[in-house]
Amino acid sequence: MDTYSLLRQFADSWMLLALFVFFIGVVIWVMRPGSSKTYTDVADIPFRNEHTPAPERGNTSEEDVKNG
Amino acid sequence: MQNYIKLIVLGLITFLALIGANYARDLAYLVNALTVALVAGGLFIWVLRNTDEPVQAVDLSGQYMDGVVRAGVIATCLWGVVGFLAGTFIAFQLAFPYLNFEWSQGYLNFGRLRPLHTSAVIFAFGGNALIATSFYVVQRTTAARLWGGNLAWFVFWGYQLVIVLAATGYLLGATQSKEYAEPEWYVDWWLTIVWLAYLAIFIGTLVKRREPHIYVANWFYLSFIITVAMLHVVNNLSIPVSMFGSKSVQVFSGVQDAMTQWWYGHNAVGFFLTAGFLGMMYYFVPKQAERPVYSYKLSIIHFWALIFLYIWAGPHHLHYTALPDWASTLGMVFSIVLWMPSWGGMINGLMTLSGAWDKLRTDPVIRMMVISLGFYGMSTFEGPMMSIRAVNSLSHYTDWTIGHVHSGALGWNGMITFGALYFLVPKLWNRERLFSLSMVSWHFWLATIGIILYAASMWVTGIMEGLMWREVDANGFLVNSFADTVAAKFPMYVVRGLGGVLYITGAIIMCYNLYMTVRRSPAVKSSHSAVPAE
Repeated sequence: MDTYSLLRQFADSWMLLALFVFFIGVVIWVMRPGSSKTYTDVADIPFRNEHTPAPERGNTSEEDVKNG
Repeated sequence: MQNYIKLIVLGLITFLALIGANYARDLAYLVNALTVALVAGGLFIWVLRNTDEPVQAVDLSGQYMDGVVRAGVIATCLWGVVGFLAGTFIAFQLAFPYLNFEWSQGYLNFGRLRPLHTSAVIFAFGGNALIATSFYVVQRTTAARLWGGNLAWFVFWGYQLVIVLAATGYLLGATQSKEYAEPEWYVDWWLTIVWLAYLAIFIGTLVKRREPHIYVANWFYLSFIITVAMLHVVNNLSIPVSMFGSKSVQVFSGVQDAMTQWWYGHNAVGFFLTAGFLGMMYYFVPKQAERPVYSYKLSIIHFWALIFLYIWAGPHHLHYTALPDWASTLGMVFSIVLWMPSWGGMINGLMTLSGAWDKLRTDPVIRMMVISLGFYGMSTFEGPMMSIRAVNSLSHYTDWTIGHVHSGALGWNGMITFGALYFLVPKLWNRERLFSLSMVSWHFWLATIGIILYAASMWVTGIMEGLMWREVDANGFLVNSFADTVAAKFPMYVVRGLGGVLYITGAIIMCYNLYMTVRRSPAVKSSHSAVPAE
């Protein structure tokens, strides 16, 4: 079997399945229980740390602390 | 010590560029080599003058790196006007062929100016907007300063050099004749270096992020940077004919070359003009509307669906060619499926305004962003429809395609960029507000009416042209000659040109407004007291 047919068969079978499963996995992962709370929090990221970087990981910048 | 290495490298580049200019086999190569020599030589002198000067170590880690974003905003405005001007001029060249002046044949005729226009608007205007906004957004959403220090300045100036080399090359005849990938081999190599530095900065900043989650806008920006790197390298695989000439020969040939080109071409649309600009959308629309994105879950599904589907859509550019039917069917099917994530993203952006629709009345900037999403929805509906083989047999090679591209480019990319610029300039220059909101309204209406004139005239002329080409008489002979269609298209060409005039007028008003914002608007008094509690 030449390389093209081999790759084509792989693309048509296992690779297609793998990509499809990955995508379905993403959708299920997004809908996992408890995700709404996480996503409500991360959707607010643009409204934090607008003027200065945060001092360390997981913290907000001084300016945000000051303003509550 | 670092400066000595820089001096050696810059000196070598200047020297090699001058050798290149000396042995140059064509004019474009000569001019490009001299440009490189000039830039490298100038940098050499600049570095030399700063060598062994005392350096003050300043800790900047507590601040965002905004200087390069400011430079990017200015470059976006300037290149935007240049690109729109070139586009309007070539639109009138098509309407009035006299404008292909005899004295400028071979330099300023339609064929030379057309790639200048497309590259100026896509890569110079759009590219600078993407680089500047991505640097702004990635810092704010990771709560970290840009990684790599002055590497960001290297990316900015390196990218401007790509634009200048490509533009002068086009006018002097250096082109590899691949649509949207016209620059010749040495410009491609240089762009690869600049782009990898850009990728390094972006990933570096993500790695040192202080916000544990990577915000969705950064996913879109990252996919744009990675995919463009991949597309650019594969589509530009070519062997230079000579080290001292601009001509190169493609490694692929025939239908493989065509397929590689449109795999590149359509994903340039998909990842440069869509994914990158969606990154902009997911940051600036929530910011301007002052509310978080409508559904974060939908944004994640939007991202994965978009990148899984877009990469396959390229073959729809090659219906009824030597490309195997299965490949063009594949492209067609994926293009149609792509409609779903596109509209999912549009709905996500629009619904971000739910509960704040009144802002549409009071805030012309949000109006601009909303109409950009409207045009995004319209062109992502039109595109899949045109990719259907039967529709394509009518629309392909006609002006309908050009109308479609421009409703996407002027409507979606242009408008969202204008919205982002109106948002960014007061923030970056620490101004309370824009200089004039009524000027923003003027810009909004001029641009919108301009796009409508453009798109409507291109629909009419495109469908007319398609129908005229396929019309046969009772004996099976073609009714119209090609020249008949050209003559019939004249009024629509004039309308299209006028649409361009309106669009560029709006852009010039924007530039004036932004300039006056920096010059005249009152500065923000204190960075703390004015920020509302969250």
